[in-house]
Amino acid sequence: MEVNAEARRILAVSISKLYASRTQRGGLRLHRSLLVSLVMRSARDIYHASRESEAPGAPTPQEPMDSSPSSEEQKQLPPQEAEPAQTEPQCALSPAPQTAVEAEECACDSEITEDKENMSPAARQSRKRRSKASAAPDFLPSKRARLEPGEERYAAPLGSCRVGASCITSCLFPHNSACCASL
Amino acid sequence: MEEESDSRKINNSFLRDHNYATEADIISTVEFNSSGELLATGDKGGRVVVFQREQESKSQPNRRGEYNVYSTFQSHEPEFDYLKSLEIEEKINKIKWLPQQNAAYFLLSTNDKTVKLWKISERDKRPEGYNLKDEDGRIRDPSTITSLRVPVLQPMDLMVEATARRVFSNAHTYHINSISVNSDLQTFISTDDLRVNLWNLEITDRSFNIVDIKPSNMEELTEVITSAEFHPRQCHTFAYSSSKGSIRLCDMRQAALCDRHCKYFEEPEDPSTRSFFSEIISSISDVKFSHNGRYLMTRDYLTVKVWDLQMENKPLETYQVHDYLRGKLCSLYENDCIFDKFECVWNGSDSVIMTGSYNNFFRMFDRNTKRDVTLEASRENSKPRAILKPRKVCVGGKRRKDEISVDSLDFSKKILHTTWHPHENIIAVAATNNLYIFQDKVN
Repeated sequence: MEVNAEARRILAVSISKLYASRTQRGGLRLHRSLLVSLVMRSARDIYHASRESEAPGAPTPQEPMDSSPSSEEQKQLPPQEAEPAQTEPQCALSPAPQTAVEAEECACDSEITEDKENMSPAARQSRKRRSKASAAPDFLPSKRARLEPGEERYAAPLGSCRVGASCITSCLFPHNSACCASL
Repeated sequence: MEEESDSRKINNSFLRDHNYATEADIISTVEFNSSGELLATGDKGGRVVVFQREQESKSQPNRRGEYNVYSTFQSHEPEFDYLKSLEIEEKINKIKWLPQQNAAYFLLSTNDKTVKLWKISERDKRPEGYNLKDEDGRIRDPSTITSLRVPVLQPMDLMVEATARRVFSNAHTYHINSISVNSDLQTFISTDDLRVNLWNLEITDRSFNIVDIKPSNMEELTEVITSAEFHPRQCHTFAYSSSKGSIRLCDMRQAALCDRHCKYFEEPEDPSTRSFFSEIISSISDVKFSHNGRYLMTRDYLTVKVWDLQMENKPLETYQVHDYLRGKLCSLYENDCIFDKFECVWNGSDSVIMTGSYNNFFRMFDRNTKRDVTLEASRENSKPRAILKPRKVCVGGKRRKDEISVDSLDFSKKILHTTWHPHENIIAVAATNNLYIFQDKVN
């Protein structure tokens, strides 16, 4: 599934960027780390949204997220005029002017439904929430072990467990959390 | 590398023999002084090179005051913060000139953590005829001194010396992204990711924090400050831009801590263009007041916007710099180009704005005629006295003969830093380690 794959790729790239920024000369760049983490968050949300089963009437906050990867796909397709025509029959919505978001959401939902059918049992099982400690996903750096860039972990399939915000920020702000006390 | 320190390419008048660039030579900031007589550049190696315009001579009316190296000095050195185990880069992030008040020139230069005030002065006389030492500097044997004389000032070859007059340090936890001198000529602000500090030019051991957006829990951080500038006329007003695409105008008379803004400029996001990278491309990389103080200009990744200070809900004008990159944001994210911080600049009369792009292209937008032009700063296209040819990027379909396709753009050649002479149509453009100076056509 393209959205999923794109989100995965962006997530992997973002993590390697965050990691590389740790050893960058001049220290951690707050602005850049913040932007990378925002992208990661978007990618993570898309990834989870696409992995879990969603009712066709997806909650509103999901809409902007769902529309984004589809809009990127749209750009890669030849003339954009063809796109609404293609999605309309899929959604069977009224031919009255649709917003681009609705059309894309439909496209996403139908894709999500398809993917769910093809999901492997092992991946589906992992929807279960796990505690942070046991959930240490392969692709995220653990606080204990120090990873070198380019290690095998990056190649491992992304775990589907939820990454807490604090997990991301702990890789972002290791220095700042130490210096908070001194401020 | 040392022999190259003064061989910056200027006025296209001499060419380098080799094409490689050492990282320390990469120009990181350019700035004309308030009269336009001097042009300062800072580089990644912590050096500042100041160019001076030569006097226009009647005997050579065609040579319209070219810029030559005036002074070179090492402004900042790499440092190490032992407490945090961090190296502090010596790269000069910004240079700002102080208006000239006497024979010497003053500028502020900053790296990530420390701001320095430099005095650049000329010396063309030296005292001769000391009593206690001879002309070579050797101490004279006191027993041989039989009479006293008064040292006399004798002319010497012009020497330009730069001395650090003030060092403003230890006030920033995060990386300084901008400095701005107040129109009162007594104070200036230095800005990092989360704080803006107000300094008095005379006092180095104290600064006032006037903006602090650090959340009590860093995990709630959603926004950082990307740039700040004083209003050119009102000494109590300054503006700062954020990574979320908003600008806040603050009045220092309101409160000691300017956390509450007077005006908040933000354009609502267009939901149809939302993507993974919407936040990154809406982050403002530069904010500049117009010379007349009525407008603000902001640069984000794909556009330049002109805001009327009286209208907060949307910009007055929006100019597309390189919209053809909108479909390539993913690759630009992967190769880090999406994080590039482009600057923007007004011309002296606020009628034209300029900003850089990739492939050593830079763009100018005429606000009155609504015409725009893309020019290229490259050695091949810039022989002395040559007229720059407008360039065009072809976005799809058939590529015309002189056009360049989006995929052929060289993203390693970026123009991040540009400056415009305060009164004349002279621009300086930094392309990696090369400095280009362009002037209006001479008739």
